[in-house]
Amino acid sequence: MAEIVRLLSSYNTAVVLLAATLLGAAGAVAGTFALLHKRSLVSDAIGHAALPGIAGGFLVALAFGFDGRNLAILLSGAALSGALATVMISWIASQTRLSEDTAIATALAVFFGLGAVLLSVVQSLQVSGQAGLDSFLLGTTAAISAREAGTIAVMALLVALVGLGLFKEFRLLTFDAAFAGAMGYPVRALDLGLMALLLLVVALGLKTVGLILIVAIVILPPAAARFWTDRLGAMTALAALFGAGAGAVGAGASAVLDDLPTGGAIVMTAGALLLISLVAAPRRGLVAQGVVAARFRLARRREARARSGQGLGQGLGQGSGQGTGEGRARP
Amino acid sequence: MVDGLTVTYGGKPALEDVSYTAPPGGLVAVVGPNGAGKSTFIKAVMGQVSATAGEIALFGKSARSNRSVVGYVPQRTSVDWDFPVSALDVVTMGLYRRIGWLWPVRAKHRRQAFGYLDRMGLADYADRQIGQLSGGQQQRVFLARALAQDADLYLMDEPLAGVDAKTERTIIGVLQDLKDEGRSVFVVHHDLRTVPEYFDHLMLLNTRLVAAGPMSETFTVANLQQTYGGHMAVLPGGATAVVD
Repeated sequence: MAEIVRLLSSYNTAVVLLAATLLGAAGAVAGTFALLHKRSLVSDAIGHAALPGIAGGFLVALAFGFDGRNLAILLSGAALSGALATVMISWIASQTRLSEDTAIATALAVFFGLGAVLLSVVQSLQVSGQAGLDSFLLGTTAAISAREAGTIAVMALLVALVGLGLFKEFRLLTFDAAFAGAMGYPVRALDLGLMALLLLVVALGLKTVGLILIVAIVILPPAAARFWTDRLGAMTALAALFGAGAGAVGAGASAVLDDLPTGGAIVMTAGALLLISLVAAPRRGLVAQGVVAARFRLARRREARARSGQGLGQGLGQGSGQGTGEGRARP
Repeated sequence: MVDGLTVTYGGKPALEDVSYTAPPGGLVAVVGPNGAGKSTFIKAVMGQVSATAGEIALFGKSARSNRSVVGYVPQRTSVDWDFPVSALDVVTMGLYRRIGWLWPVRAKHRRQAFGYLDRMGLADYADRQIGQLSGGQQQRVFLARALAQDADLYLMDEPLAGVDAKTERTIIGVLQDLKDEGRSVFVVHHDLRTVPEYFDHLMLLNTRLVAAGPMSETFTVANLQQTYGGHMAVLPGGATAVVD
């Protein structure tokens, strides 16, 4: 126990925990709108599409004489290739006969494939730092410096603030884009703004969560929150709370247990929250709905029994065996 | 005002060379068979689909620069009914432009929105999630949101489709009020029996504009037959029926 407290209270770990917590909250705020805007799969594609950006960024950084691990360059590369993937998705979906889900799967596969190829190129080079690129796949807190964590924390806070600042506009966009357009809102720009927030979350989450599982911190917390409330404000707040909790618990667990990948730990925590929500939430949860359904069936059976009892009485009164026959037929 | 409006989807025209100038303060029924381009017309005026050719001007200015004056009631099927918003939240959306970018919705806006809900007879349902309202109530919520927009031009895509009698009366009352306040209202409407009763202008669309003008001059058997083609039967005694 004392060992755990010591591990978690080192300055470096504390900053990393703070970053993971804020990142979880920011991802959930942007994710609430992504979920409601039916952009869950697009978020996944953006995450996977970050890989060629990272590997390409590493190569570009080397070519210009920087350290390949320069975080700013890597994250810019990730954001750029994620943005290209979204452009590709909307182009395929709007200009060809392929459906949007096909467009998303195509972009995800093509970009991730390109990333895998570039990554193998990077790994074949005999330069320092290339081994660390693997950690972007599943995330690790061990590789994050206090400075990087500080940057992630500040940026995450910024994402959350922009998301909350545009709360009203995003609510309108995700609920009724046609109406937003009729009112003169720049619907396309708002849509792009939301995508930009998602891109930022993906880029910021690469080191902690990793690109393969990044979709989970965007989608699982709001999906869990949706079970508890019918209000967008409450849903966003709850999602942020769930995301922050998942970030903190996941990053903490992986700091204590050396071999535990941070991304996996964060996602498992968020997944547990979702599981609890979908089972136990009042009204929308499975248990609550099961109770409602059971009550309904019970009431109907009681009604049916009352009716067949009545039929029995009538049947006896009329001296016919029909009523009793009906009564016996019911188990 | 619409001049020579043409909209094409994938090479096929949905609307061809439609020109029409709306009367100020009038109730215009937009009527035509399925696929005649009625919704496309509404969407083009709203700027949701772009015109292949032609001009759209709203109150003397190009539509692009003047869009905030358009009030809109969408087709029921275009809404996600499981979305986490209450009836009051939806009506408040009509006020967003006046609240302004970034500003949060405040108590006075909620009071204002509640007034519009009340006018629709929905005061008791303000806090309901929209999916838990009946079809007619949902339609009235969207009408309340349009009223909150306080626009000079309203576009409504089948607001009377599948609503109960009470909702129909409420909506017709509101349409009359809007007209009396000097606003123009375009309503896509399917029920030919009530067209002459509810509206005073008529646009007959079948990809091209078949006829348009004051109801008494436009609502004629010849025009309707031309609009609906073979799908239209004139019954004995002058009554008409549309066979889809």
